[in-house]
Amino acid sequence: MAKITMREAISQALMEEMDRDPAVFIMGEEVGVWGGTYAVTKGFYDKYGAARVKDTPISENAIIGGAIGAAMVGQRPIAELMTINFAFSAMDYIVNQAAKLHYMFGGQFTLPMVIRAVGGGGRQLGATHSQTPDAIFAHFPGLKVVSPGTPADAKGLLKSAIRSNDPVLFIEHATMYQVRGEVPEDEYLIPIGKSKVQRAGKDVTIVTYCKGLELSMKAAEELSKEGIEAEIVDLRTLRPLDMEPVLESFKKTNRAVVVEEGWKSYGVGSEIVSRIYEGAFDYVDAPIMRVAQKEVPLPYNRTLEQAALPQVADIVAAAKEVLK
Amino acid sequence: MKKEQQLDLYYQMVLIRRLEERGAELYQQGKIGGFMHLYIGQEAVSTGLIAAREPRDRVITAYRDHGVALNCGISANEVMAELLGKATGTSKGRGGSMHMADTSKNMWGGHAIVGGHLPIAAGFAIGDQYAGNDNITICMFGDGATNIGYFHEALNLAKTWGLRVLWVCENNQYGMGTAVNRASAVSEMIQKAEGYGMKSSQVDGMDVMKVYEAAGTAIDYVRKNSQPYFLEIDTYRFRGHSMGDPERYRKQEEVKKWQENDPIGIFNKQLLDKKIATRKALNEIEARVEEEVAKAVEFAEASPEPAMEELYSNIYAD
Repeated sequence: MAKITMREAISQALMEEMDRDPAVFIMGEEVGVWGGTYAVTKGFYDKYGAARVKDTPISENAIIGGAIGAAMVGQRPIAELMTINFAFSAMDYIVNQAAKLHYMFGGQFTLPMVIRAVGGGGRQLGATHSQTPDAIFAHFPGLKVVSPGTPADAKGLLKSAIRSNDPVLFIEHATMYQVRGEVPEDEYLIPIGKSKVQRAGKDVTIVTYCKGLELSMKAAEELSKEGIEAEIVDLRTLRPLDMEPVLESFKKTNRAVVVEEGWKSYGVGSEIVSRIYEGAFDYVDAPIMRVAQKEVPLPYNRTLEQAALPQVADIVAAAKEVLK
Repeated sequence: MKKEQQLDLYYQMVLIRRLEERGAELYQQGKIGGFMHLYIGQEAVSTGLIAAREPRDRVITAYRDHGVALNCGISANEVMAELLGKATGTSKGRGGSMHMADTSKNMWGGHAIVGGHLPIAAGFAIGDQYAGNDNITICMFGDGATNIGYFHEALNLAKTWGLRVLWVCENNQYGMGTAVNRASAVSEMIQKAEGYGMKSSQVDGMDVMKVYEAAGTAIDYVRKNSQPYFLEIDTYRFRGHSMGDPERYRKQEEVKKWQENDPIGIFNKQLLDKKIATRKALNEIEARVEEEVAKAVEFAEASPEPAMEELYSNIYAD
C-alpha cells in the first residue's frame, strides 16, 4: 500500500467520483482558479473546467442553499465551506433545510449532497476560525456527520458520502492535511456509520475521532511504555453513531476516556459517556473521563492556544486516572 | 387566451377562495393545527403566473402556498388532506399547511422560513443549467423576504451565473404586520433587482389576465436570454397574516378599499363584459367548485392518520 497524505487521499476521492459520475460537481469559495484554500482541489479547474468546479461568491447561504436545490433536481453537488466556522452563516441551510426537506415533504425530495468543511484549532487563526462545533451538527436528525482521522478512512468515507443519497457534512481537520497513512491502491469504499477499533488493547478504552485519533495514538504509545495497553475506538461518523465497537471494547476494559477537540460541555464526549452508562452500566469500574478543549474562545497566542487544546499528556493522565 | 382556458383560470381562482374559506372553518373547529396563512385576495397572482409556465418549469413558493399548490394541479383532496395532517396529503401529513409539494406537478414546496427558499430556487436553476436543459424556475416570495440576506445572496448569484430564475415578488404591502414602508429602505421592490443589474417590471396583481401577460413576457425573457428576471406583483391579502392575527396594524377602511378590487370579482366582470362567459356558465363553475370542496373535506376527514411507523420513515433516503 502507498503512503499518501490526507490531502492527497481527499483529492483522490473527489477526482475518482467526478470521473465516475458526471452528476458530481464542486462549488465553493476559491475551489477553482485558486485550487482550494487548503490545495485539496489543486488542478481540478484545469482538468474539469468551470462548469464542474464552480467558484462562488462569498455567499455561504447561496453555496449551501444552491447545492440543496441542485441536489433536489438530480445533481450530486459537493459544496465546500472554506472553514466550518462559516457554516454558522449557512446554519439555516444545514439544519433547517438540508436536515429536514426529505422528511418534511414525506420523502418526495432527496438531497444527495456533501458539505466539505475544515474545522479545528492549532493554526493560530483566532477564536472565530478555529472551532470544532461538530457536536452541534450531529445534534440534528436528517444530517449525516462524518469526520475521519486517517487518510484511508478519509478517502473511503468521502467516496461513500458522495454516493450517499442524504446530505453529509464531511469535516476535515486543518492541521491534518500533511498526515500520512497507508491507502489501498485499488478502489474501495468505507461505509458511513461504522466505528472502528484503530488500536487493540486490554486495559482502557479510548473513544475518539478525527484529530483526537492522532493524539490518542501517541498517548497509547506512551501508556504502552508503562505497561498500559489502550484500545482506541475511532467513531469516524458522529451521526448515525455506531456504539457497538465502543460497548464491546468497554465490556472488556471496564474503563474509558473520551477524547474530542470541541468543548466538553454538551459535547461528543457527553453523548458517548451517556451511551456507555445506558448500554454497559454493569461493566463500569471507574468514572469515565472526558478530555476536551478548555471552555474558552480559542486565543491567538500560540502558547495559550495550545494550553486550551487537548494534548497527548491530558489523555495519558486521564487514562491513568480511570485506571487508579 | 382561449375561452376554455380563461374559464379554467376563473375556476382555479374560485377553487382557491372556497377551499380556503372551508379551511378557515375547519381551523376554527380545531381540525387543522399549526400555522395557516390564507391566500384569499391574492388568487390572481399565482393563477395568472402559473398559467404562463410550461409544465417543465419548476415552481417554488413560501408558506402561503395552498393556492400555488392548486394552480400547479395538486388536487383539492390532497391539499385538504395535508391541512388535516392525513396520510393522503401532499406530504403524507408531515408538512402541513406550509409544506405542500408534488414534484410530479413541478411544485417544489411550500417553504416556511422567510426567504429561505430563494437560494434553493437558485440551486434548481444551477441543476438545470448543469444538466443543459432550458427549464426555468419560478420562485415566489413576499415583500418581507426582500429584507433578508438570503434574498440578496440568491439574486446576486442568479445574475452572476446567468441562472434561469423568474423571481416573483408578491408585494401584499405587509410583512406580517409591518408595512413595507416601515421595513424596506425602498418602496418598490424592483429597485432591489435593479441593484443586481436584473431586468424587472411591475404588474397589477388583482387582474389575472395582466398577471398572465406579464408572466409570459418574463418567462420568455428568462428562457431566451438565460438570465434571471424580477417581476413585482402588487396585491393584497384580505385576511390576516395567519389565522391568529389581531390585525392591529391596518384599518378596516383600507381592507375594504382593496376588497372592492376583488380579483375574482374583477375577472368575473371581465368575462361577462367581454362576453366570454354567460352568468349561467360562471354560476355553474361556482357550483362545481362548491361540490369539489365539499368532497375534498369528506375525503380528508375519511382519510387515515399516518401510521405510527411513519414517524421514523424518510429521515434518511439511504
